[in-house]
Amino acid sequence: MAPRRKRLLAVVAILAGVGAATALAMLAFEDNLLYFYNPSQVLAGDAPSGRTFRIGGMVTEGSLKRTEGTLEVRFVVTDYQHSIPVRYEGLLPDLFREGQGVIAHGKLSAAGEFEADEVLAKHDENYMPPEVAESLHTPTPARVSE
Amino acid sequence: MIPELGHFALILALLLSVAQAVFGLAGGARSNTAWMAASRSAVVGQFVFTALAFGTLAWAFIQRDFSVLYVATNSHSELPLFYRVAAVWGAHEGSLLLWSLCLAAWTLAVAAGSKALEAPFRSRVLGFLGLISIGFQLFMLTTSNPFKRLIPAASEGLDLNPLLQDFALAVHPPILYLGYVGFSVAFAFACATLLEGRLDAAWARWTRPWTLAAWLFLTIGIALGSWWAYYELGWGGWWFWDPVENASFMPWLAGTALIHSLAVTEKRGLFKSWTLLLAVSAFSLSLLGTFLVRSGVLISVHAFATDPKRGIFILAFLTIVIGGALLLFAWRAPRLRSSAAFEPTSRESFLLLNNAFLIAALSLILLGTLYPLFIDALELGKVTVGAPWFNLMFLVPMLPLLALLGVGMHAAWKRGLLGTAKYRLYAIAGIGIAGSLLVGGAAYGDIRPMTTLGFALALWVMLSSLAMPWARIRARQPLPAAALGMVIAHFGVGLTTLGITGVQSFKVEKDFALGVGESAQIAGYDFKLAALRDVQGMNFIGVEADVVVSREGSPVTVLHPQKRLYNSGGNPMTEAGIEVGAARDLFAALGDQLGQGRWSMRLQYKPLIRYIWLGAILIALGGLVAALDRRYRAPVQARAGEAVVPVAQ
Repeated sequence: MAPRRKRLLAVVAILAGVGAATALAMLAFEDNLLYFYNPSQVLAGDAPSGRTFRIGGMVTEGSLKRTEGTLEVRFVVTDYQHSIPVRYEGLLPDLFREGQGVIAHGKLSAAGEFEADEVLAKHDENYMPPEVAESLHTPTPARVSE
Repeated sequence: MIPELGHFALILALLLSVAQAVFGLAGGARSNTAWMAASRSAVVGQFVFTALAFGTLAWAFIQRDFSVLYVATNSHSELPLFYRVAAVWGAHEGSLLLWSLCLAAWTLAVAAGSKALEAPFRSRVLGFLGLISIGFQLFMLTTSNPFKRLIPAASEGLDLNPLLQDFALAVHPPILYLGYVGFSVAFAFACATLLEGRLDAAWARWTRPWTLAAWLFLTIGIALGSWWAYYELGWGGWWFWDPVENASFMPWLAGTALIHSLAVTEKRGLFKSWTLLLAVSAFSLSLLGTFLVRSGVLISVHAFATDPKRGIFILAFLTIVIGGALLLFAWRAPRLRSSAAFEPTSRESFLLLNNAFLIAALSLILLGTLYPLFIDALELGKVTVGAPWFNLMFLVPMLPLLALLGVGMHAAWKRGLLGTAKYRLYAIAGIGIAGSLLVGGAAYGDIRPMTTLGFALALWVMLSSLAMPWARIRARQPLPAAALGMVIAHFGVGLTTLGITGVQSFKVEKDFALGVGESAQIAGYDFKLAALRDVQGMNFIGVEADVVVSREGSPVTVLHPQKRLYNSGGNPMTEAGIEVGAARDLFAALGDQLGQGRWSMRLQYKPLIRYIWLGAILIALGGLVAALDRRYRAPVQARAGEAVVPVAQ
């Protein structure tokens, strides 16, 4: 084979491979994209039912309730307009606190309670989760220093 | 006064970078000896003043000078000395200064270690490195000055994020940056080559050790980050496909492709433009990674709005560097012709496939990382691409890559596979599959398709790596350092595969509510919360638990997870208790008080997890051994003796 043709073939092969991979990747996106909603959107019915998604907002002061001696914990997430009760079983992250931003991953139950299988707080205590910050429409600097 | 000196040193460093770039490029273009010498002197000066600036910032941290804004935001009077120094690169401004210092150090090393290169070419390389320095120093001075004063001075600092008060994370950024910045050398070499329109074997040979050095630092940096996430974040995961992790992994993949492609360019004079493109990509991705992590764009695209000056500077800088290099490439690359034939089963073919799969993996990760940013920027909603997607997308190109790796190592250049090697490979494949079934069945009592495939590929890669030196030694052939390095690194790839397969297949993670005297069972181990006590550290107080682990009645170990509260305030921190083992890690993290004397605890069983990092260490070690190959340090022979491929036409 002429080297030129060979190189052409190689380029075509690479492009075809990358193209096929990208097509597959886009298809797989469907099942693995996690959407984010704030409590108002969830109450307005924007969030999908029966599918996992993420909610975020501030943990309402005084809303954290544990079932004594078990891992079950309940708290309320708010965007200061609407609130959603959240139920979770497991370890809460170190940065979890009442009055702080939080993101929960899970499903909405029939009773309107958010059944979380994962609760996240941001690494840096000075950060508010960005989705939370934006959904609250309060301009928050990325760091306190700036 | 001292911080102002640092500020001044930084300004001088910028001026010297300008001199380095201008005299380097102009001197190279005109072959003007005086200008080229001026550029080299500027390199030394630039390094001295950048180091001075860095030193003064470190001094401000050591002296607890809270009149410097950056120190006041990232330090605390009770912070131990080691972390006060590490706090220098704990946030945006200082990490840029560290970046700049790494770049100055690499530039100095290039200036000192490339005397054998032709003077104009060497001068151009220094010129391009100078251009990058200018960008970073300008960025610092205009938008992110670490020496900015706080008036009146704060009486106490805000403290370094407690998560960063840890050995692995203190050394993680400098090592990672040495890797990121190290690719600037390959980048500058590529740009200078494109400018000259000539690429020969000597060029590739000169670039290889530099690229290997950068790549091995990046490997260690990524492994450190993974290890840190495992024990410090308290989650016990070792990779999360977090955008921050992806940002460092993408240049690594490009760099891995580059070191393989460079081998072909050096030995056979092929893949020239492709190699240059990879050199440009590896550094561009490093820049992208640095900025993704440090600019706040990942937090939110709209975080740019909080400081538009920074955002615009970053975008402009990325555009100039990447766009400029690609333009140069488009203009000059067609001049670099390479023509040589090779068989479909020759080593060239395998290295071509290696590159194709690595770039496929890289593109997919890039897609998954940037997609949410695009969606966000277009106001189409807030999305995250889940880890399962990344797992699947990474696996698709990696499985064939691992399978081909074992064969490719034994393929000869130009010609096809040798007959005897073929039979040896059949034997290794057989042993790999049998061994995999044995490990899955006997050790874990469970045989699953993906697990078997994972173990089989791991054994295949490891055995195949060992077969190469074994055959060489038996045939009394020499084993040069470069080949030995390849063997070590590939063995490491197999080991990492083994670890990943083990953890992903058989890990157990579970949360429990335990009171003192109560116990829980996972994976055949009994974890008993035996005692709780108060502890006090240098700048924190906390609670420590004694978790007695036993298996079938016989004691295994006692874990000591802690919950810490730092004196500077803020949130509590989890320090996991981990028992390290060759076959498995046992992991306990302490959560919160649940009432009724109980605490929440996360218990984990992580089989073979150590091999993930051990493999990474071997990969880096392989890179080191290869980079030290004598051949790379031998003086360049007369050009006549080289396979010089002049500019066509």
